[in-house]
Amino acid sequence: MTAPTSPLRRLGWTLTDGLTLVGRELGRLRQEPGQIVAALVFPIIMVVLFGYVFGSAIQVPDGGDYREYLMPGLFAMVTFSAWLGVMTRMATEATRGVMDRFRSMPMARLAVPLGQTGADLLTGLLMLAIMVSAGLLVGWQPHRGLIPTAQAFLLMIVLRYALSWVGVYVGLAVKNDQVADALVPLGLPFTMLSNAFVPTDGMPGWLRFLADWNPVSALTAAARDLFGNPGAPSGNVAWPLAHPVTAVLLWSAALLVIFVPLSLRAFTRSGR
Amino acid sequence: MTAYNVPSVGISADPIVVAEGLHKSFGDTRALRGLDLSVPRGTVCGVLGPNGAGKTTAVRILATLSDPDAGHARIAGYDVVRDAGKVRERIGLAGQYAAVDDKLTGRGNLRIFGRLYHLSRREAHRRADELLDRFGLMDDADRPVAGYSGGMRRRLDLITSLILRPDVLFLDEPTTGLDPRSRGEIWDSIRELVADGTTVLLTTQYLDEADHLADHIAVIDHGQAIATGTPDALKATIGDRLDVTLEDPAALPEAMTVLNTLAGTEPTTTDDDRLSVALPATGPRLADIVRELDHAGVAAADVSLRRPTLDEVFLRLTDRKEPVR
Ligand SMILES: Nc1ncnc2c1ncn2[C@@H]1O[C@H](COP(=O)(O)OP(=O)(O)OP(=O)(O)O)[C@@H](O)[C@H]1O
Ligand SMILES: [Mg+2]
Repeated sequence: MTAPTSPLRRLGWTLTDGLTLVGRELGRLRQEPGQIVAALVFPIIMVVLFGYVFGSAIQVPDGGDYREYLMPGLFAMVTFSAWLGVMTRMATEATRGVMDRFRSMPMARLAVPLGQTGADLLTGLLMLAIMVSAGLLVGWQPHRGLIPTAQAFLLMIVLRYALSWVGVYVGLAVKNDQVADALVPLGLPFTMLSNAFVPTDGMPGWLRFLADWNPVSALTAAARDLFGNPGAPSGNVAWPLAHPVTAVLLWSAALLVIFVPLSLRAFTRSGR
Repeated sequence: MTAYNVPSVGISADPIVVAEGLHKSFGDTRALRGLDLSVPRGTVCGVLGPNGAGKTTAVRILATLSDPDAGHARIAGYDVVRDAGKVRERIGLAGQYAAVDDKLTGRGNLRIFGRLYHLSRREAHRRADELLDRFGLMDDADRPVAGYSGGMRRRLDLITSLILRPDVLFLDEPTTGLDPRSRGEIWDSIRELVADGTTVLLTTQYLDEADHLADHIAVIDHGQAIATGTPDALKATIGDRLDVTLEDPAALPEAMTVLNTLAGTEPTTTDDDRLSVALPATGPRLADIVRELDHAGVAAADVSLRRPTLDEVFLRLTDRKEPVR
């Protein structure tokens, strides 16, 4: 069991270890049918709650259907749930001493975050698929054809993956599952402070500035544009909303560049 | 602080775990202050110490989880900082808290860790079954660990660290919080490992555990080894103990005086008619004691000489006369 020295074999080890850990996460889910049901029901509740309860009172800027306007926002919301789940798992493992065992083993140090983020990507795809089905059921549709539709989903996946590394780092940094649990409720206001559910023009200036620069808004705007859903901003709009696709790609790259090295450092150094 | 250095049998020229002058601080807390440790291959070393003595800190450094501020440590000749990768291929660790996944089954846990140790799928499955069978967990192999008792969980955690047949196994308080039967089971498992040639370094607060398992004990306090040696050698450092039971409690003051003179230290009363005193290593013989008591007119119902328990050794050694820090 001697560690390989050639970089290629090393990469192979890292990937197999990562895959083993993805398998572990999925194995856990199998033992927790309740979590799967919750993951399935959540999108449906959101669509009904926002689409029909709030939707009856909200006016879409250019007069479109509110549920057409809403779905890209809900896709963004699901995407942004990534870092919360990963953060909680990482923090729990750090609390329980599992991380110490991993670190005392001849394992690739990238493997643990790769496993967590990889597993999150798979569950994220499942949640997105359910959200899409819920959307189709209430009359939402992409209008611009296959390629732009695929591009929209690809953007969500890329940003989701980048966000899950934020979760890795924050989870390792708090190192305590109770603190992590306490951070989870912050996710909702963060998503709400955006153009996901209501247009930002009506907000007071400072709030609007925050909402326009929130990456949730960029992703929502990009999806609306690529799906051909109503709500395209007009007039004098902030840069991320005028170039939403570029903005999402830049956000993703920035998050990865910052949080991958930070996470690796936190992983090797935790408890030293 | 007095250092007791007891020569002990079995310290060969081939220590597999060596720590020299380890220092480690967390902020203002000096967890280790020059810890030395040496464990011969194929033996069990018991690291004893009160809460906060630095046991976990030492184990974490030896298991490559933490770097010392000063000093160094080698496992099988490999430095724990510079050659951490090589060290990790040779050690197993079961920490103070069981690190198994509640949601997975016992078998599932072992298979995953087998894969993470880079065994082939088949080999990982085979090894999992082998360990489950050998350590008596086969009947519960397919239940989620969440339903295991504390003892079963600990045992699973222990065997997870055995997947690669490590040369050195670190066990941090392997039986804390377990009932006597589960403790006995863990002890049996540890003995089996040693029979296979594994070197074990275990920390414990239970002296009987060290007494039963360890070939060699290091008592640490305030981050330093304050005594090392075999359990017997350690007991010998504080001499035998004399227990006297009186026929009449009224003779207690008389008996105290006699024993004080003979032993050179103040006896302790363990009951209103019982006294106990540590005798110096070259102490008086039992016959002399009985005669002296007789002379003083003290009628004794029972006079007995015994080896001290490790508890008495431990309390004596870690007695904090001078506050440190
Ligand atoms: N990560 C840490 N941060 C701050 N202080 C620490 C840390 N780890 C240990 N300490 C401190 O170092 C000292 C030694 O701790 P250590 O855990 O090694 O003791 P121990 O002998 O294992 O105790 P116990 O029997 O309670 O497990 C204690 O005072 C403890 O509070
Ligand atoms: Mg400890």
